[in-house]
Amino acid sequence: MGKCDIASAQQSLTIRHGASDAVNTAGKRQENGKSNGVAHSWSKRESFEQAPMYVAVLTYLGFGIVTLFGYFRDFLRAVGLEKCHLAQERDEQKDFVPLYQDFENFYTRNLYMRVRDNWNRPICSLPGPEFDLMERVSDDYNWTFRLTGRTIHNVINMGSYNYLGFAENNEKFLQPVANATKEYGIGVCSTRQEMGNLDIHQELEELVASFLGAESAMTFGMGFATNSMNIPALVSRGCLILSDELNHTSLILGARLSGATIRVFKHNNMQSLEKLLKEAIMGGQPRTHRPWRKILIVVEGIYSMEGSIVRLPEIVALKKKYKAYLYLDEAHSIGAVGATGRGVTQLFGLDPSDVDVLMGTFTKSFGAAGGYIAGKKELVDYLRAHSHSAAYATAMSPPVARQIIRAMKCIMGLDGLTVGIQRVRQLAENTRYFRRRLQELGFIIYGSQDSPVVPLLLYMPGKVGAFSRAMLERKIGVVVVGFPATPITEARARFCVSSAHTRDMLDKVLCSLDELGDYLGLKFSRRKCTQFELDS
Amino acid sequence: MDVKNLKEYLHWLYYQYLLITGIYVLEPWEQSIFNTVLLTMVAMIIYTSYVFVPIHVRLALDWFALLVQGRVDHITHLSG
Repeated sequence: MGKCDIASAQQSLTIRHGASDAVNTAGKRQENGKSNGVAHSWSKRESFEQAPMYVAVLTYLGFGIVTLFGYFRDFLRAVGLEKCHLAQERDEQKDFVPLYQDFENFYTRNLYMRVRDNWNRPICSLPGPEFDLMERVSDDYNWTFRLTGRTIHNVINMGSYNYLGFAENNEKFLQPVANATKEYGIGVCSTRQEMGNLDIHQELEELVASFLGAESAMTFGMGFATNSMNIPALVSRGCLILSDELNHTSLILGARLSGATIRVFKHNNMQSLEKLLKEAIMGGQPRTHRPWRKILIVVEGIYSMEGSIVRLPEIVALKKKYKAYLYLDEAHSIGAVGATGRGVTQLFGLDPSDVDVLMGTFTKSFGAAGGYIAGKKELVDYLRAHSHSAAYATAMSPPVARQIIRAMKCIMGLDGLTVGIQRVRQLAENTRYFRRRLQELGFIIYGSQDSPVVPLLLYMPGKVGAFSRAMLERKIGVVVVGFPATPITEARARFCVSSAHTRDMLDKVLCSLDELGDYLGLKFSRRKCTQFELDS
Repeated sequence: MDVKNLKEYLHWLYYQYLLITGIYVLEPWEQSIFNTVLLTMVAMIIYTSYVFVPIHVRLALDWFALLVQGRVDHITHLSG
C-alpha cells in the first residue's frame, strides 16, 4: 500500500465501465457517472480499462475493409461468377420479401464463415482441465470441414465452465451416479406434475435449499428453461421488470414471454437503476398511471461476457427502499465465488433471504445439467403448481440429480472429506493468480478480481481468428467471442479458470499468452503498476 | 544473421499489417487485390508529391516572403 495504491484508486474511481463506454450497436455513446457511495474497496476491485483511441480506429478500419470485400463477394455471387454455398431464395421467389439480406446474414456469410474454424471444434474426451480435440481441416475456406482422423491430445482447456473441477471421471467419486443409473434408469418419461416426481428430486431440492440457506428450492431439467419458463409464471402484464443491460438471453426471453413491461438499466449502474425505480413508482403504468402490480429487478451474479460481479449490497438496499423484488441469476457464481462456494450472497456477506428469488444452474460448478429456483416456501410452492417447466417439461434425469447431490455434498463437506472446500479455495487462488499475472503482462482484462471468468480484450477482427488458431497450435483451447455476443468493437477471448488447473498449466498458458501478446500485438494496457495484491 | 533477423522482422511487420487491416481473414486472391490497390494508391501519392510538393513549397515561401517584405516596407514608411 502506498502512493501507487492511492493513485490507482483515484484512477479506478473515474474508470468508466467498459460495456456502456464503448459505442453500442445503436451508435450512441453512453457513459456511466462516477461510482457513488459504494464501499471504496469494491470499486477498486473491478476494472474496465478503455483501450487507446487508435485501437478503436483500427478496429473500425478492419471491419470496414472486410465489409467492402463482403459486398464484393456478394456481388460476385449475385452475378454468378461464384457459387453460393449458403441458402438462397429460389428463382421464383426473387420478387418476394428478401430473406437473407439483413445484416446478420451478411455478417454470417462474409465474416463469420471466414473464421468459422475457431468454433464448434469437436471434442473427444471429457472437458476436464485437459482434453482431446479431433483435428479438423477445411479445403474450401471453412465452407465444409473434414476430420483428418488424428486426435490432438492433452490440450489445456481454458474454455469449459468447469469451475470446481467436477467434470471428472474418477471411478470412486462417480460410483453413486452409476448406482443411480442402475436403480432408476436414465429417462424419467414424465413431467414433475404427473409421474416424474421422484424421491431423488425431493432429496436434491432439500439439499439445494440447505446449501443456499433458503427455505425451499425447486429444480428443473434445463438451466435456460429455468429462466425462460419461470419468469412468466412470476410476473405478467401490469408488472415491471428492471433488467440489467447485459443480462443473458434466457432472462430476456423469459421477460419478453411474460408480457410485462421491461426497462433496461445500465450495466451495474446504481444511479440508473434508482432513477428507473423512482420514475416507475412516481409514474406508474404507461397510460393509466395505476401503480405497478410488481416491480422485479433482474440481475445476474457474474456476467459471463464481462466477468463483472453484481453490486448486490446496493441493489438490496434499493430494493428495500422502493419495495421491489429481486431475481438473482447465479448461473456462473454459485459454487465459484464466496468463501465456501455459496455464491455472491456469501461474497458480500448478505443474508440469502434478502434476495427474493435465488436462481442458478448446475451446469457450471456442479458438472451436471439443470437449474434451480430457491426462496421462500410460498414462492416455491407456487412455482411447483404454476411453472410451465413443472407442468410440461420432463423432470431431471436421476443420474444427473445424483451427480448434483454428490457434488453439493462434496462442497458442503457432508461426505466427510475436505475435497470440496479445497477446490473452492484452489479456484479462488487460481483466479487471483491468473488475473494478477495477466494484468502484469499488460493485457486489458475486464471484470472483478474475484470472478473466475476472465475476458481478455482482442478488439480487432483479424486478431480474433489469429489468436484462437495460434493458441491451438500451442495446444491450448480458448473460446473467442465477437459480435453479436459482444459489442462490435470489443471482441475478446474468454478464459474460464478451473480449480482443476494446476499452477503448471496456468504458467504454460501465461507463457504462451506472453509470447502471443508480443507477436500479435495484444498488450494494450496502459496501467503502470499492479493495484491488486495476492492475499494468501 | 542480421539478414535472417531482418527477414523475420519484415515478415512480422507484414503479419501485423495483415492483422490490423483485417486482411488476415480474406482468401489469398482477395489479399492480392487489396495489396495491389493499396500499392497503386501509394505509388500515385508518391508520384504526385514528387511532382507538386516542391512547387507548392516554393510558392508558399514566396508568399510568406512577400508578407514579411510588405511589413518591413510599412514600418519604414511609418517611421520615415
